[in-house]
Amino acid sequence: MAVRALTTRGDKQRRLFWACLAAPGIIWLTLLFIVPFYTVLAIAAGRLNELFGTPIAVWNPLHWSAANLQAAWREISGSSAFLGPIILRTLFYTAAAAILCLVIGYPAAYFVARFGGRRKALFLVLLIAPFWISYMMRMLAWVDLLQTNGYVNQALLNLHLIGHPIGWLSGQSVTVILGLVYGYIPYLILVLYAGLDRIDPALIEAGRDLGLNRAQAFRRVTLPLSRQPIMTAMLITVLPMLGDYFTNQLMSGATNTSMIGNVINQQLSTPLFQGVGAVLSVMMLLVLIIPMIWYVIATNRTTRDAA
Amino acid sequence: MTTTTTTPATAAEQPPASATGHGRPARARWPRRNPWGHPWFLEGFTWLYLIWSLVPIGLAVLFSFNHGKSQAVWQGFSWQWYFSDPVNSVLYNPALHAAVVQTLRLSLYTTLIAVPLGVAFALGINRWYGVTAASFNFVMILSFVIPELIFGVAMFFVFTSLYTSVHLGTLAETLALVTWNVSWPAIIVQARLVTIGKQYEEAAADLGANQWQTIRRVLIPLLTPAIFASAVLVFSTVIDDFVLVDLLNSGAGSTPMSVYIYSNQRGGNGGPALNALGTIMLVMSFAIAIIGYLGYRWLTRGERGSGLGALTSIAGEG
Repeated sequence: MAVRALTTRGDKQRRLFWACLAAPGIIWLTLLFIVPFYTVLAIAAGRLNELFGTPIAVWNPLHWSAANLQAAWREISGSSAFLGPIILRTLFYTAAAAILCLVIGYPAAYFVARFGGRRKALFLVLLIAPFWISYMMRMLAWVDLLQTNGYVNQALLNLHLIGHPIGWLSGQSVTVILGLVYGYIPYLILVLYAGLDRIDPALIEAGRDLGLNRAQAFRRVTLPLSRQPIMTAMLITVLPMLGDYFTNQLMSGATNTSMIGNVINQQLSTPLFQGVGAVLSVMMLLVLIIPMIWYVIATNRTTRDAA
Repeated sequence: MTTTTTTPATAAEQPPASATGHGRPARARWPRRNPWGHPWFLEGFTWLYLIWSLVPIGLAVLFSFNHGKSQAVWQGFSWQWYFSDPVNSVLYNPALHAAVVQTLRLSLYTTLIAVPLGVAFALGINRWYGVTAASFNFVMILSFVIPELIFGVAMFFVFTSLYTSVHLGTLAETLALVTWNVSWPAIIVQARLVTIGKQYEEAAADLGANQWQTIRRVLIPLLTPAIFASAVLVFSTVIDDFVLVDLLNSGAGSTPMSVYIYSNQRGGNGGPALNALGTIMLVMSFAIAIIGYLGYRWLTRGERGSGLGALTSIAGEG
């Protein structure tokens, strides 16, 4: 009994030590991650200072009001709703860009992971390079190319594909989707590559030995094994795309290509609308929390399996 | 697959034949094709993708050396947007200059705070079992995947209506960037702790080391590559960060390069000075990446694994 008491005291001490080590991080996360989200909630469910037109946070849940929620809901679904089409557009742009990212990114990641051979390092450096280049610089590159007198228009004119220069940067959905694909594809490729690289080539070779041709082996061995990397890679691109407001601002700047992120961003700059902006960002969080939690669980599982 | 392996005996006889693919109807249509040959179509596609992804950036870098105000038409080479123009160059224009300094300052502050915080958190959480540890670890990973805009909005509101003594500007930016980036060291160090296992620590404890000694003499040396990789990632992520600094800057003096480019580009008419800023960001990031790669290789010398592992590690995968 005495020995057991000793070890438990030692265990307790040891646990206290580890807890103290984690404490600064825990306090930081509480004060600067959990409390901020409660603040958004308190603003979203808060009131408006009629005199100054500024939002007042209401901290006690018993006194929460639905005024901002109702205002936001009117904008989403009422007769003069302007948010409904914007939400639909956001979903459409995100879906289109994510699918294009996958269609372009998967073959490239697959090729490098499986057939990179001795040049794998070279391919990997080239694939990873955009990851290290600022998003703004990469957008600026396309803004330069897509100007009315830019190289894209010049090339298309020289090839006689268009009769006169196209204003790519003035409210074209195509340009915004191109920007989203170009902006987020490096993240997708990197995650996909890491996942595809973990697939044991022996499994594919076994399939080939058993008589599958290349397409069949891909469909019946590689594709099922890459389902998880595809899901995580899609999430890692879709989640930030949904909150993107800078890509379409740079690539078009017109209201007919606005996404939900632009609305939230604009509402923050006007105190009168900050309450509604808070409601929208809480709504967005509630919609995205399920895929986010799925992602956390899925990546945890992969790390555990890898160990 | 079960249909092709009828009995073990035939399966054992089959491999040499099926490996070369003789007499199989599916391949008879492609008599000259080697089934294990190089997928040229895929390789071509990959190269096309790489050209599409890298050439525009090369051109943007080129325009930073343009002798003229256009960002779309080449007018000859000059250094005027970097230093030779006494008014509009990055070196002499105070706003451009300040943006470079602000980016470097934020990267440095954030790395110095986030890395120790994240490493201590990872060590503590990984060894301190229990519900509290698990739930805070969950919150940490959540902070890794949450869309930056939603997090930025939360930060904006907490600094404007609760922690009002923190004004928007460098302090608010730093606090937000630390929270946003602390998950890099926390996640990378935890992954490394899992691969290290407990045997070294137990050996140290058996030899009479207390917990501090175990951390200092055993764990920290073993974790150095992971800590280093996460520092590289934090530093470069902050250089490239846009959303948080856009929402939390207070204008003059606290505007980093990314925000400056964003708010002055005017549909491609902001002038090549912006390309020069972007090129400076690119050079800074590449310098960090190269330092990271070489440093990581040096720290993990003698270990199994290769340059490929180092490449993916400093990019946050693997």
